[in-house]
Amino acid sequence: MSTMQEKRNIPDRLGTSTARLLGSWEMLLLGVAILIFIANAFASPYFLNAWNLSDATFNFTEKALVAFAMALLIIAGEIDLSVAAIIALASTAMGAAAQAGVGSFGLVMIGIGVGLGCGIVNGTLVSVLRLPSIVVTIGTMSLFRGIAYIVLGDKAYGGYPDSFAYFGQGYVFWVISFEFALFVVFAIGFAILLHATNFGRRIYAIGNNEFAARFSGIRVERIKFILFLLTGLMSGIAAICLTSRLGSTRPSIAQGWELEIVTMVVLGGISILGGSGRIGGVVIAAFVMGLVTFGLGLLNVPGIVMSIFIGLLLIVTITLPILIRQIRQRATA
Amino acid sequence: MIKYLLRYREILLVVIIAVLLAAFSTRSPGFARPANLSNIFNDTSILIILALGQMAVILTKSIDLSVAANVAFTGMAVAMLNAAYPGLPLIVILAAALGIGAVLGALNGILVWKLNIPSIVVTLGTLTIYRGMAFVLSGGGWVNAHQMTEPFLQTPRQIFLGLPLLGWTAILIVAAMYLVMSRTLLGRAIYASGGNPAAAVYAGIDVGRTRFLAFTISGTLAGLCGYLWVSRYAVAYVDIAAGFELDSVAACVIGGISTLGGIGSVAGAVLGSLFLGVIKNALPVINISPFSQMAISGAVIIAAVVFNARQERRRGRIILRDRGASEQIEGVT
Repeated sequence: MSTMQEKRNIPDRLGTSTARLLGSWEMLLLGVAILIFIANAFASPYFLNAWNLSDATFNFTEKALVAFAMALLIIAGEIDLSVAAIIALASTAMGAAAQAGVGSFGLVMIGIGVGLGCGIVNGTLVSVLRLPSIVVTIGTMSLFRGIAYIVLGDKAYGGYPDSFAYFGQGYVFWVISFEFALFVVFAIGFAILLHATNFGRRIYAIGNNEFAARFSGIRVERIKFILFLLTGLMSGIAAICLTSRLGSTRPSIAQGWELEIVTMVVLGGISILGGSGRIGGVVIAAFVMGLVTFGLGLLNVPGIVMSIFIGLLLIVTITLPILIRQIRQRATA
Repeated sequence: MIKYLLRYREILLVVIIAVLLAAFSTRSPGFARPANLSNIFNDTSILIILALGQMAVILTKSIDLSVAANVAFTGMAVAMLNAAYPGLPLIVILAAALGIGAVLGALNGILVWKLNIPSIVVTLGTLTIYRGMAFVLSGGGWVNAHQMTEPFLQTPRQIFLGLPLLGWTAILIVAAMYLVMSRTLLGRAIYASGGNPAAAVYAGIDVGRTRFLAFTISGTLAGLCGYLWVSRYAVAYVDIAAGFELDSVAACVIGGISTLGGIGSVAGAVLGSLFLGVIKNALPVINISPFSQMAISGAVIIAAVVFNARQERRRGRIILRDRGASEQIEGVT
């Protein structure tokens, strides 16, 4: 129980023991990533090929884009379970627009617009009406995907313009795909936002002690609103990449992604209780999850069995640090 | 009068349901006939049972998102048991369903109790694990009606006093839950653990253990629903009851059960379920595509959350982060 006590003390101790703890978590994660990489290389002779590795990145880039924004939201003590539904709705809107003959630029704007719109809905419900984000986003999750179902039913949209394919299938340079480049750019952008700006500092403050943050003049509601907006925006961008890569839209697109995205964030060392964690961890976690699913795919493991691994990964990564701390405390006490 | 109604969510819901029934029967004269009403109730029975389990969990300031996956796994397990050993009496099947469900629920409870992990994370993880296990168990196969025995299929369909046994089971569970919640120590402990965890500890209540028991109740009821579901729809496959966990949460939220814990009643959960049941059964009558059901549930959840928050007139605290409460508990122990 005193783990909570430690976490509350973070603001005036940032950069000392917590940083070391998180550093070791990230190092551990990096070790896991390297191990999985080596295991994959042994499991399949085709793995160590630049193009194959490039293909492997598609397993996580889209989810990671959303995970960056989700990480900020979770650090601030909120959560958004509607992200996958936002992707579905944005993809459906782009599909409908493509049918109407809208060009690539218009489609991108629509994807981003729908993402922002959904973010505004969530943000308003949570920070203006002050409702609990978990229930609100469970509601908007069925609302957003429900609208996609109303529009599409059991049909699918296809027929996107040829130039639209670039976002999910194009390459910037040699084996570096557009999606991977986007992943790198946003990873750097979010790391700067979280770790090198006042805004990021305030996010930690809110997550550690919202009450105190409010008393120190931080506009808590406004920052939460912006974070929901950001999460909606990133979901919209992910929807553009995913739709472009698949070339078609069904209402069940990105089903269950909210779980994988939350898992990615938590695996990256972001505390689900808010207030701690770093973007670097999420980046490594994205590689770990991408490599695990890619490796299991090479071994012909079906998707639903892979989801068992994801679920276990989520619970084990949360349980382990708690267990270790409990054992240590028992040892010292 | 209106203020009085607003104060008593249950009365308000009864009025709304009555108005809905009256409105729908203008479209289709037979809608409010006793035979159809009994049909709707029977159709909603499984949701009512699940919502009661969910209610017990939500009252303790937690949430159980794994109920539908529990239904799928238990349903698959008992259907395979029945297909493999047709000689087993139904009572054994029923005991197996309750037992498997209880174990799955207790597993959630242990993680929440002993490791103090937020219930949302635990059950998001076990949701995929349980459904994945249903896949592993069945190898992705189906159990069809012709593989099931007569008593397995027909018992819940036996009509007694105008209502099938399935409906009577729901009534029995409602009565049992009413007694547990209002007449037993456990019931009081459940309300106390969610209403004010710190005060509960002062009063000698083990909050963690109470949550564990609530999860076990929820799991056991989900196990029962596993059998009822498979028997009612005469088929078992991996994806049964997909997304149904949201319906159970929705029923509770609509029924006025506060996601902050400690507020709500058995009658509320039942009426919330019936509200969803009436709408689901009415959609075809008023010529609305069944695809719109998801969006309607989403919109209703959000509306109910907004309404609840108005009524509670206090700042919404999220289930995800139970810090305030745990700190207080810490101070005590």
